Amino acid sequence: MIKVKGLRKNFGPKVAVAGVTFEVKKGEVLGFLGPNGAGKSTTMRMVTGYLPPSDGWVSIGGADIVDDEITAKSKIGYLPEAAPLYSDMTVEGFLRFCAEMRQVPSEELDRAVDKAISTCFLEKVRHQSVDTLSKGFRHRTCLAQSIIHDPEVLILDEPTDGLDPNQKHEVRALIKRMGKEKAIIFSTHILEEVEAVCTRAIIIDRGKIIADGTPDELKAKASSAGRINLRATGLAGKTIQKELEKLAEVGKVEVLEADGDGINARVSPAKGKSHKLNAAVFKFCKDKGLNVVELSVDPGRLDDLFREITKSDRDD
Amino acid sequence: MDAFGSLIANFLIPAALVAAAFWAVMKYALPREVRTIFKREFKGYFNSPIAYVLFVVFLGLSNGMSFFFFGVLESQEASLTYTYFQYMPLYLALIVPAVGMRIWSEEQRQGTMELMLTMPLAPWHAIVGKYLAAAAVIFLMLVLSFPIVWTINYLGSPDNGVIFTGFVATFFVALCYLAVTSVLSALSRSQLVAFLISFAICIVIYLAGFPQVSNMLMNLKGGAIVLWPLLKLLNAIGVMPHFTELAKGVLGFRDVVFFTTFVLFCLFATSVAIRMRRA
Repeated sequence: MIKVKGLRKNFGPKVAVAGVTFEVKKGEVLGFLGPNGAGKSTTMRMVTGYLPPSDGWVSIGGADIVDDEITAKSKIGYLPEAAPLYSDMTVEGFLRFCAEMRQVPSEELDRAVDKAISTCFLEKVRHQSVDTLSKGFRHRTCLAQSIIHDPEVLILDEPTDGLDPNQKHEVRALIKRMGKEKAIIFSTHILEEVEAVCTRAIIIDRGKIIADGTPDELKAKASSAGRINLRATGLAGKTIQKELEKLAEVGKVEVLEADGDGINARVSPAKGKSHKLNAAVFKFCKDKGLNVVELSVDPGRLDDLFREITKSDRDD
Repeated sequence: MDAFGSLIANFLIPAALVAAAFWAVMKYALPREVRTIFKREFKGYFNSPIAYVLFVVFLGLSNGMSFFFFGVLESQEASLTYTYFQYMPLYLALIVPAVGMRIWSEEQRQGTMELMLTMPLAPWHAIVGKYLAAAAVIFLMLVLSFPIVWTINYLGSPDNGVIFTGFVATFFVALCYLAVTSVLSALSRSQLVAFLISFAICIVIYLAGFPQVSNMLMNLKGGAIVLWPLLKLLNAIGVMPHFTELAKGVLGFRDVVFFTTFVLFCLFATSVAIRMRRA
């Protein structure tokens, strides 16, 4: 549905996006992650046709965003980062305007506006002027605008920014629901959001894609992945630590708590032994006759990966 | 015919015909996108106090000056050309930039430019829709000048044909000013900057048409050589010669071509300015 190849954007001498290539199919929700200024918004602006790319191309459902602008744009719904609205209109007037501009046929206008209003929970402010809306309502009005013509492609720049936790939950559920039949790209700073909603995620830093995969694949790349959380009693903490460190599979034992009768520790695998660590630790506990209170494998955390790969080359 | 009948027959009916023709073009000749943008923009003027304030200022200025300074009543002039219309391009240099300053600046300031330009429409749809909406506001403003037509008809029997072409000429000049404002508005996020620079340029194209101005520049030391291309340019863009011809009731082909070219060129420049802001 969305194909992006070698996309670049230079602002004068500054390179904002340095060759980004990815693809989003129908039924996929792609999370776009990255530190501030990494080029997320610029990439999205090029995908939606707002900014012309310096190099590379974008194709939306087979239509090139530059050469076949109108066809491509008609397939897209877009929520810009700042959620801009015409402040001199009412919510309903604004949505009606957007629906007309988005080529919704006249006889379906009312239905489209009603549907967008109910989907984004805007009934209460339907006749209110846009400039008196609170931030959450402004954001949802702009979100309503992006789905009003039931587009095949949705591009949402920080759709949950400025919403309260309940609203965030609603919007995530909405994205997840719509993701089944659309191709969606959304950017966020909130990493749990990616796990909750995305089928795939891309981490972008300094205009380049530095990680691409399903949330589980990405988590597995974090250094925390494969680590074992162990809480056990029956021996002195210090002793357990020493014995654990003797195992070939164990790389490092990080003690969180230790006393005369137990330990709470994070056990990291030795290089290349992560798949054997679990069994080794389990056997160790059994052999020593320890009471295991907790033994769990950490699947890895996205925020660990995020920090590890986006800060590693910050200094140059 | 009494003054009121004359007002209706010679002013309001022709104005209504122009409006009807405009509506027909809107409805049948222009794409739906242009119409949608036109509607939104036109309503926008009346959702805020701006249109009302400008109407009051314009009508106060144009009528007040004619009555109190230029002696429209004492002059016994049958066409309003010298006591009323002659100064219109000057007032409009102030009023028109105030009408047009928001058309693109506001869009950039609010960030809605990003919505507008990611919608499935050609840039000219938006440029023309917005331009026509502002032009319609100015048209309405000129129609609201009807009391002076009624007054003159009440007091004597003026040449209503020339009065009507006076309004046509005034409207054409306003369209040129509006086109200039459209370019400046696309170049600046700030309405105030767009207003001030447009105002300055409108004054320049107003003054450029006066022979006194070109003579003065010619007489500057060494001016004739250095300023020759500039003078040519100024002579070319001055609106007053064209305005005066039209206002006298002479509908010249050259003048119509001038106004049309001027507006189209500026609208093209607007599209270039918008493209520049995006890149």
